[in-house]
Amino acid sequence: MRLEIKDLSVHYGKIEAIKGISIVVNQGEIVTLIGANGAGKTTTLKTISGLRKVSRGAILFDGQDISKVPAYERVDLGISQAPEGRGIFPGMSVLENLEMGKFNRKDRRSEMKEDLNRVYDLFPRLKERSGQAGGTLSGGEQQMLAIGRALMARPKVLLLDEPSMGLAPMMIANIFQIITTINTELGTTILLVEQNAQQALQRAHRAYVLETGKIVKEAKASDLLNDPEVRAAYLGTGAGTGH
Amino acid sequence: MNFSVVTSQFASLVLQGVALGLIYSLIALGYTMVYGVLRLINFANSEVFMVGTFTVLFIQVTVLGHAVTREPMHGWPLILALALSLIAAMGVCALLAMLVEVVAYRRLRAKGANRLASLISAIGVSIFLSESWRIFTDSRPHAGPRLLEKWSFGEFHGANFRIDTMMAIFASLIIYMVLLRFVNGSRLGKAIRAVSMSEENSLLMGINLNRVVTLTFAIGGLTTGAAAFFYITIYENTVFNVGFNLGIAAFTAAILGGIGNLRGAFFGGLALGLTEQFASAIIGSQWKAVTVFIVLVFVLLIKPSGIFGEAVQQTRT
Ligand SMILES: Nc1ncnc2c1ncn2[C@@H]1O[C@H](COP(=O)(O)OP(=O)(O)O)[C@@H](O)[C@H]1O
Ligand SMILES: [Mg+2]
Repeated sequence: MRLEIKDLSVHYGKIEAIKGISIVVNQGEIVTLIGANGAGKTTTLKTISGLRKVSRGAILFDGQDISKVPAYERVDLGISQAPEGRGIFPGMSVLENLEMGKFNRKDRRSEMKEDLNRVYDLFPRLKERSGQAGGTLSGGEQQMLAIGRALMARPKVLLLDEPSMGLAPMMIANIFQIITTINTELGTTILLVEQNAQQALQRAHRAYVLETGKIVKEAKASDLLNDPEVRAAYLGTGAGTGH
Repeated sequence: MNFSVVTSQFASLVLQGVALGLIYSLIALGYTMVYGVLRLINFANSEVFMVGTFTVLFIQVTVLGHAVTREPMHGWPLILALALSLIAAMGVCALLAMLVEVVAYRRLRAKGANRLASLISAIGVSIFLSESWRIFTDSRPHAGPRLLEKWSFGEFHGANFRIDTMMAIFASLIIYMVLLRFVNGSRLGKAIRAVSMSEENSLLMGINLNRVVTLTFAIGGLTTGAAAFFYITIYENTVFNVGFNLGIAAFTAAILGGIGNLRGAFFGGLALGLTEQFASAIIGSQWKAVTVFIVLVFVLLIKPSGIFGEAVQQTRT
């Protein structure tokens, strides 16, 4: 697996939200994309999933340009996303939500059982609540459900859009721990979008910094943790005023 | 005003109201299925109904060659003739509804046009269909043969349990329950529910949106086609603009129950059918259509989200 975004631009009407960015995600990595609110992180992930049109550049998945592949086929290619705000189906049960995670199944029963068990091992809470409506879960549980649902498709690359958003500190630690577990134990490659730069940089191998649609830095995550500019702007501990 | 009819004809009014109401429900399901998925009022649904009624006549008169004046039929030939016209009406309506979606809405959707554009397109298709039918049929009403002898199972306090009425009631209930099971239990039904909750998140699951939309229009066409068949078996004639009143009534029923909601369409239709029967018995049948509009205006004023509805504002986001 190799995901390569090459000189990608994305427009909303006449406004260019993503201005020619390039990102590489290699097999087995956790790559994080950090940036302030409105930088274009969500737009980038949506474009990789096919929800937004590419206006220039390419998205290469294992060397193939997938920028014209319809969104619903990208799941089958191996790209799953837990979107910003979790995007669970509130009126469906936890189990139904999980089943939706890979809608196009060839071999339905046995494969599905296996996928379910894998997700339940990771999130025992979801197993306990499998019959409960998704909309009645707590924020943290909903985030688990969103991630679990994405894992149902056995993605080659998992896209996570601000999984820590709106969660209590305990739950944030829990979610980040699980992200590492998914990467090390399931061997899933992860592209993690976060505003919680501290946590994201601690978990990731490499990182990109996005500012108003442009990549302004690219480095090993541990290096960025010690970068004075990054500390000032995103970690709130530098000399600058921050954002 | 004549309130004494309410007591003297109570049972009869209820029975007629339920039968009419369930026909409304079936058409309302057509509006509500599409609205649930696309947040679009498919105004062409009333003309899908109209074409359905003509399909029934076409099968019975032209294909099977039954003159309008013929004697009622019995046994297998009767069942065959009814089944064939029901299946044809449902099939033609489903195909027409799918065609309308492809011609009138799909490109607008792909371009991300706003809902108002789709609404205008919907009204355009509706006018196009009814006006072309006006030309084909010379604006004349068309009558159908009485294939089914209208014998009665019996009377109860003045309510006449006629076979056509009972058939419409039972078949509508069955169609409604099958549809509920399909939407709640089947894989494709779940896809419909998922899309109605969120298009983007459905795409992220690998759901082919266009296919779900086509399916939804097809289902709406099927129920509307069934309504057309029962309408013809009860009322035995149709005209190019039959869809107008029936369509408005069904649309009102859908709003009344809470549009986008299957249960809402079902009970909204029932409530409206009953209201209409009682109102026309009390104030006079010339007020029938007016009652529908009064109900529509009142619902919009007092509870725009309908009886069972999620708030309309909420579903729009
Ligand atoms: N649907 C939309 N229509 C128009 N502009 C949008 C839309 N979504 C996002 N934007 C704009 O694109 C930019 C990037 O937004 P987004 O990708 O959501 O940023 P982030 O996820 O980093 O907060 C912002 O300026 C935002 O206002
Ligand atoms: Mg975002």
